Amino acid sequence: MTEPYLIGDAMTGGYGKGPDILHGCTIAVNPGEIAVIVGPNGAGKSTAMKAIFGMLNVRSGSVRLAGQDITHMSPQDRVIHGMGFVPQVRNIFPSMTVEENLEMGAFIRKDEIKSTMEQVYHLFPILKDKRRQAAGELSGGQRQQVAVGRALMTKPKVLMLDEPTAGVSPIVMDELFDRIIEVSRTGIPILMVEQNAKQALEIADRGYVLVQGRNGHTGTGKELLADPDVRRSFLGG
Amino acid sequence: MDFLNAIVALANYVLIPATAYGAQLALGALGVTLIYGILRFSNFAHGDTMAFGTMVTILFTWWFQSMGLHFGPLPTALLALPFGIAVTAVLLLGTDRLVFRFYRKKKSDPVILTIVSLGVMFIYNGLVRFVIGVGDQQFLDGERFVISARGFKDATGLDEALALKTTQVLTVVVAVLVVGALFWFLNRTRTGKSMRAFSDNEDLALLSGINPDKVVAVTWIIVAGLVTVAGVLYGLDKSFKPFTYFQLLLPIFAAAIVGGLGNPLGAIAGGFVIAFSEVTITYAWKKVVTYILPDSLAPDGLVQLLTTDYKFAVSFVILIIVLLFRPTGIFKGQSA
Amino acid sequence: MKTSMRTPLLFVAVAALFILEGSTNWWIFSGSWTAALGILNMALLSAIMALGVNMQWGYAGLFNTGIMGFAALGGLATVLVGTQPTAGAFPWELGADGLPQGGWRILMGLAFGALTIAAAIFAQRRLPKGRMRGLSTLAIIVVGFFVYRWIFDGGVELVEKINPATSGNIGGLGLPIIVSWPVGGLFAAAAAWVIGKTALGLRSDYLAIATLGIAEIIIAVLKNEDWLARGVKNIIGLPRPVAYEVNLQADPAFVERAANWGLDPATASTIWVKLSYSVLFAAVLIVVMVGAQLALNSPWGRMMRAIRDNETAAEAMGKNVTRRHLHIFIIGSAVCGIAGAMATTMDGVLNPGAYQPLRYTFLIWVMVIVGGSGNNWGAVLGGFLIWWLWNAVEPLGIWLSNILTVGLPDGNWFKTSMQDAAAHFRLFTMGIILLVVLRFSPRGLIPEK
Repeated sequence: MTEPYLIGDAMTGGYGKGPDILHGCTIAVNPGEIAVIVGPNGAGKSTAMKAIFGMLNVRSGSVRLAGQDITHMSPQDRVIHGMGFVPQVRNIFPSMTVEENLEMGAFIRKDEIKSTMEQVYHLFPILKDKRRQAAGELSGGQRQQVAVGRALMTKPKVLMLDEPTAGVSPIVMDELFDRIIEVSRTGIPILMVEQNAKQALEIADRGYVLVQGRNGHTGTGKELLADPDVRRSFLGG
Repeated sequence: MDFLNAIVALANYVLIPATAYGAQLALGALGVTLIYGILRFSNFAHGDTMAFGTMVTILFTWWFQSMGLHFGPLPTALLALPFGIAVTAVLLLGTDRLVFRFYRKKKSDPVILTIVSLGVMFIYNGLVRFVIGVGDQQFLDGERFVISARGFKDATGLDEALALKTTQVLTVVVAVLVVGALFWFLNRTRTGKSMRAFSDNEDLALLSGINPDKVVAVTWIIVAGLVTVAGVLYGLDKSFKPFTYFQLLLPIFAAAIVGGLGNPLGAIAGGFVIAFSEVTITYAWKKVVTYILPDSLAPDGLVQLLTTDYKFAVSFVILIIVLLFRPTGIFKGQSA
Repeated sequence: MKTSMRTPLLFVAVAALFILEGSTNWWIFSGSWTAALGILNMALLSAIMALGVNMQWGYAGLFNTGIMGFAALGGLATVLVGTQPTAGAFPWELGADGLPQGGWRILMGLAFGALTIAAAIFAQRRLPKGRMRGLSTLAIIVVGFFVYRWIFDGGVELVEKINPATSGNIGGLGLPIIVSWPVGGLFAAAAAWVIGKTALGLRSDYLAIATLGIAEIIIAVLKNEDWLARGVKNIIGLPRPVAYEVNLQADPAFVERAANWGLDPATASTIWVKLSYSVLFAAVLIVVMVGAQLALNSPWGRMMRAIRDNETAAEAMGKNVTRRHLHIFIIGSAVCGIAGAMATTMDGVLNPGAYQPLRYTFLIWVMVIVGGSGNNWGAVLGGFLIWWLWNAVEPLGIWLSNILTVGLPDGNWFKTSMQDAAAHFRLFTMGIILLVVLRFSPRGLIPEK
């Protein structure tokens, strides 16, 4: 098997000097794919993503991006190396306009950002209409679009989303998933943590079910949805 | 005619002084609000920073005056202002490096930073007394009036005089220029936008690759500019006395909180709200009222709501009312 | 060093400073017992204030920057309780307009003012939300204000006319001045209740700004309301709870005892008076300290600290945090008020112009932080140490400038400016001490257990 584009390989670790939350957990994603991390509450879903993004101590195991070991790189440097990250909460600049949010997303870029911004507007047309409006005044779903758009402005080589549909209505959720699929079609590998396991696994090329910081089940979204074990234990039958 | 006289008296004693004072408070409050937005603490050393910047400007002014350097009809202090700002910026950056940075890196509680700022306040206060003493200092030169009382009376034939001091016009003009430049910087430049982003959401700003050290340094430099300009304008308009500057802390904080801490537009609005309330409430309205009302109803008292000694009470009461009914300020600030 | 030994050793060291201050004029010490006792008395008062602030900050994390105001209210209490009544200030006849006159009218005016505010609050709370509510509240306040001024000003006019050269104020109750100490505490408590009601429960620095403001306003009231305590004309010659020097010197038994000690009557009487104050103040300090320690170690004190360390958790457990904070804010402020009354009693003068925030508010903060916030012993130690230092900085500055300018002729500009500057070393040094302690020993000399 060839090396995946982004892989958190057998990661063990926790926050600061605290106890380990992850125990030999492996997560990977390839271009054109959507990888989804699901699992019961407290299984370490968000922690696994934060480990890949360098926000906690990985005591053993490694994180590799395009074959390069980035285990000890700071989150900021990972952004420069092409990782885009959308936090679960506080993921926009509320008092700034939508356009300014996007500009700030591209802060580290020195080249022309106009075309990237057009691409984001193409992907999320509503943002173009509201470009002069303060992001904090938008609806929940629109704010999530701003957040994803902001992360896309760095032209990331991989996009990581931490529960992008948390707190939005089912209709908005479906729309957000559609957008995410569209982003994925542009060839960017997407790794996301999702609370809404069923819907997320439906669009997942890879699914990871975490149980207590360990890989419980791994497979394609369809496989996992069909797995009676997975269904029984946390999809609710 | 009486009506015109009333308007002139009103302008002379209330509108013009309050506008100038409001502009000075607004500049001071902008500094407080920027520090709050970026560094996230209430800086008690602000009044003494203001005194320091003004002091340095005064020293340069005296030096220029002794060399015979003047600025035509304008106060020489304007020439000295850039030097005052530069020295104050160096002081603030040095203080940040030696004092505040440590707590920032440790992510200390904001109230600890506020207490730390008390220590800085003591040191700045001592420094100013050390260099220039505690007394009143005059450093105004150049043309005193744009419109003199006598000139106005002769020209209009009214009983009431209107005097427009150079410093009052200067205050408003400089304040408009400074505020304009600040807003242009915050809204149009990359660095300015990165400051707003940092103020909005620090973690996300870091994720976006915004360099916090640069943001903080730029903030201190801007604060040095605002605070020195505010202090020099206040000193030119009234006079420079270190303790008065310490006391300005209260109306300045009131202005910043009334406008909404962390919100620059609010700081300006707050400055004018405080200044106009202070002046209108402590002004003796007898003159204006006498002109408007028929003679039979003319008041025998001063028609003054509060004596000027209670001007702090005015900012305080407004502050309390805002805290009670709208803790985030008129314009929404960062926190309740 | 073991922690158990640390506290007594620090206290011994500070005691040694005071003994050196009185016994030797070597280095920066004055060698005068009168001076040493003078410093000690203020140190005792500072320690009491520091205890009050430590309750607020150390137990509850409340940031009070209005200590000066609470102390000044204590000072006001000495006048209103301790001085003799002003003849004619409270006349029993009604005036031409049918209202009581003088002091009665002032009290009536104040009561009406309080009623207006209460009515406005009532309207705000009870009326249905909307424009009517805002307008009626505004109307109550505006009408109330003018009626209040009409009643109040009439009273003030009469009172201030009574013998303006020596009196012109409503006078006091003529009670023993020690009674004013608890009354000062009550005054401060009442002011703290008003501030606490409005600013507690908001961000911690809002309380700081609000208290800073109220302190300035209290001082402004004392300076301008001549009917109250003669404003900037000052009240002098407040009665004393201890003996007067002249009386002691006229007492043959005292003079003889002084001679036995080898002291001249003048020095002996000064020392006696100061010592009497020291004993009184020490007694109050001990009472406050015992109370503070008992409170700290009671279930109530533990709950307070639990709230300070985790407000959210305490709230989740059903504790009304703001209410608890209000209690402790009132108690701590009352302690400051008591100390303020004691300070004015010792001075024998109420001079509103003498209240400086750097000295009365922020210096107390240096004491609490340096001593060890959260620890009562620390606050007391900080009070003694910092107050001694505050006095020692000036001789220290002169000593330092003498060393720096050694060999320079008199009149050299550097020498002159260094000598002038020595007086300003105080604030500078206090700032440095505060910053150094916060940075390198943030828990203070005697940390909280």
